[in-house]
Amino acid sequence: MEKVFGRTKGLTDVPFHYCPGCTHGIIHRLIGEVLEELDIIEDTIGVAPVGCTGFSLDFFSCDFVGAAHGRGQAVATGIKRALPDKIVFTIQGDGDIAAIGTAHAIHVAARGEKITSIMVNNALFGMTGGQMAPTTLAGQVTTTSPYGRDCAVVGTPIDLPKTIATLNGAVYVAAVSVDTPKNIMQAKKAIKKAFQVQQKGLGYALVSVLSTCPTNWGLSPVDSLKWLRENMMPVYQMGELKVAKEVEAL
Amino acid sequence: MEKVLLKGNEAIAEAAIRSGCKLFFGYPITPSTEIVEYLSKNLPKAGGLVLQGEDEIASINMCHGAAATGARVMTASSSPGYSLKQEGLSNLAANELPVVIVNINRAGPGLGGLGPSQADYFQCTKGGGHGDYRLIVLAPSKAQEMYDYTMNAFDLADKYRTPVLILADGFLGQMMEPIELKERPAVELPAKDWATNGCKGRAKRKICSYALTNEVMEGYCLQWEKKFAGIQQAEQQWEEFYADDAEYLFVGYGTCGRIAKDAVLKARAMGLKVGLIRPITLWPFPEKAFAPIKNTVKGIVCVELNAGQMIEDVKLAIECKAPVVLCNRQGGMLPSENYILDAMLKNFNIAISEGV
Amino acid sequence: MMDKIVLAGFGGQGVMFIGKVLVYAGMLDDREVCWIPSYGPEMRGGTANCSVIVSEQEINSPVIELADAGIVLNQPSFDKFRSHIKPGGVLVVNTSIVEIGSIPDTVRVIAIPASDIANELGKPALANMVCLGALLPSLSLCTMKSIEKAMNKLVGKNKPEMYELNMAAIQKGLDVAAAMK
Repeated sequence: MEKVFGRTKGLTDVPFHYCPGCTHGIIHRLIGEVLEELDIIEDTIGVAPVGCTGFSLDFFSCDFVGAAHGRGQAVATGIKRALPDKIVFTIQGDGDIAAIGTAHAIHVAARGEKITSIMVNNALFGMTGGQMAPTTLAGQVTTTSPYGRDCAVVGTPIDLPKTIATLNGAVYVAAVSVDTPKNIMQAKKAIKKAFQVQQKGLGYALVSVLSTCPTNWGLSPVDSLKWLRENMMPVYQMGELKVAKEVEAL
Repeated sequence: MEKVLLKGNEAIAEAAIRSGCKLFFGYPITPSTEIVEYLSKNLPKAGGLVLQGEDEIASINMCHGAAATGARVMTASSSPGYSLKQEGLSNLAANELPVVIVNINRAGPGLGGLGPSQADYFQCTKGGGHGDYRLIVLAPSKAQEMYDYTMNAFDLADKYRTPVLILADGFLGQMMEPIELKERPAVELPAKDWATNGCKGRAKRKICSYALTNEVMEGYCLQWEKKFAGIQQAEQQWEEFYADDAEYLFVGYGTCGRIAKDAVLKARAMGLKVGLIRPITLWPFPEKAFAPIKNTVKGIVCVELNAGQMIEDVKLAIECKAPVVLCNRQGGMLPSENYILDAMLKNFNIAISEGV
Repeated sequence: MMDKIVLAGFGGQGVMFIGKVLVYAGMLDDREVCWIPSYGPEMRGGTANCSVIVSEQEINSPVIELADAGIVLNQPSFDKFRSHIKPGGVLVVNTSIVEIGSIPDTVRVIAIPASDIANELGKPALANMVCLGALLPSLSLCTMKSIEKAMNKLVGKNKPEMYELNMAAIQKGLDVAAAMK
């Protein structure tokens, strides 16, 4: 019988242990497929700092380095500068890249560091049990905003990709979602382009992927997808936020 | 061999280049800045790269990444910047990554002052960041040692897969002395068969020290404990100066060590049996140096540029069998040889005629 | 034998350079040497000082309580360092801009209008070298010959005209000081 679908070689056979309904697994699979399709598994070093993305070390078939909370992009910079011919990517949560790691997020983009960053945005700190992140929506209930995020006290959510897109060294910035098959296809295209940008040495690429967290949102997997569409998508600018001239040709 | 005049900071930088250091990540801070400046000028000529990070935290984590690939890498800073590196150092120790770090100690706490100081002794020798780990800490006392110990630091880092710290004060960093640019003899070091540099032709590797299962984490801790205990036994280094028959002893490292040598010479000229133990490794502290003299020495003056930190290790090393007193200056000030000799004579009521 | 020398003036007066010439001279004569800057935040305009030790034996303590000799190029430096010279020591004072106030009579003062002399030589920046020349006969471990070697090492190859100017200023300082005796 012809095999029409299988596990990508970009992933190991370690089973994901994400919560039921979490879309992290889809994002991992997309990255794994891209690594396989671009034939770069053996040339890639991934970096995962702390958070649910921290589990990535076991899931991908490429070499992987764990980093302290927020420091993934600095660690990735060190790897890339030591091995400029290799492919280096970070996979980081919103709490990681848009809070404790913001200085590095800005400066890898400013330097045009030739790495790829995948940001998984689920609007809170998932792994520690659902606390408020800079990306938490106005009024959203978390364990540290039990009465809903009060923007008068803590400000409004950061749309980090928009900020990064203003920096010259960032040549490709996209915000995608994995809530529908169509969006999953688009997300994969964006992730692939972000790695191709690095292969060609064009500059820094960031893809933000909206992701669900049914456990900490207190919703069913299906309701979570609906909540993401209705609440996150209007706040976070979606699509390709920046495609520099040199990237258009890809 | 021809000598060249270099500042202590420049000596460290030159030694790094000649040790095969290919990457330097740093952030300028007085009085360590000549290191990043010298390397910015000279490391690219040797095929290396200097990248100025957005801060000290970025710099130490860039070192983390570069070390993970197996490259020789260094960063340098001074006290306030060194504080910022602690999170990174804890992670380097846990992930067993060889990196050479330099702290050109200035006066603290807080922003402090720019003058020489040894007030970071506790932070440097007891771990500094969170968790149970130590850095190997080397304490040079002159420019030639800034050079020699830096070379040794790279080898020790690779030998033990652990971060190694060069701890000097601002005075040593800024002072210029003639240096022989010795080539380091090749040392046999373990292969870096753990490096994450792409998994072509081998199984994938990961470098991670994180465990969410307590049993697993305890296993890691036991492994680290054993490793540090091994270093503690094998790597103690010190210099003795008229110590073997000494009745009274100075203990001082770095600048204090060399000032104390002149105090010893003055005391000997007066007929007093005074000697010096100058710790070279601050961790592991050279407790072995004190074993032969701990029952015979009558008193010890610990000379420090802080409010009294190494003195605790000295007391432990001699098992409190002799009185140990502190003689110190702080805030960027240095004691003279007369100042510390007076402290010894007064504290232990030594009559000048005693030994004559 | 050992010379402990303190050098002070405004930043930009070439204080550090005097120190470098002395320390290279010592090193090229196979002496033990040590150059100690008083480092601080000022790049220009503040007072700058450095110390040099030239010795026949290994230099242990680099801390100078009382120096054997000194050069002060401006008033604040004179005020600060007049009490830092040991009895029997020498202090060269740039009297073009320094008013010699009270100073222990155990210190031999060489008063030389170095800035004026440098102006006459056409290079006001050479007051430092004029003072070095004036100090030279008082040093136990430094000769004109070793200064020539050091200057050659420091500026000779790249800027031959600067070498000549510096050496002329040193010679002038030496001559003027000798004539004052």
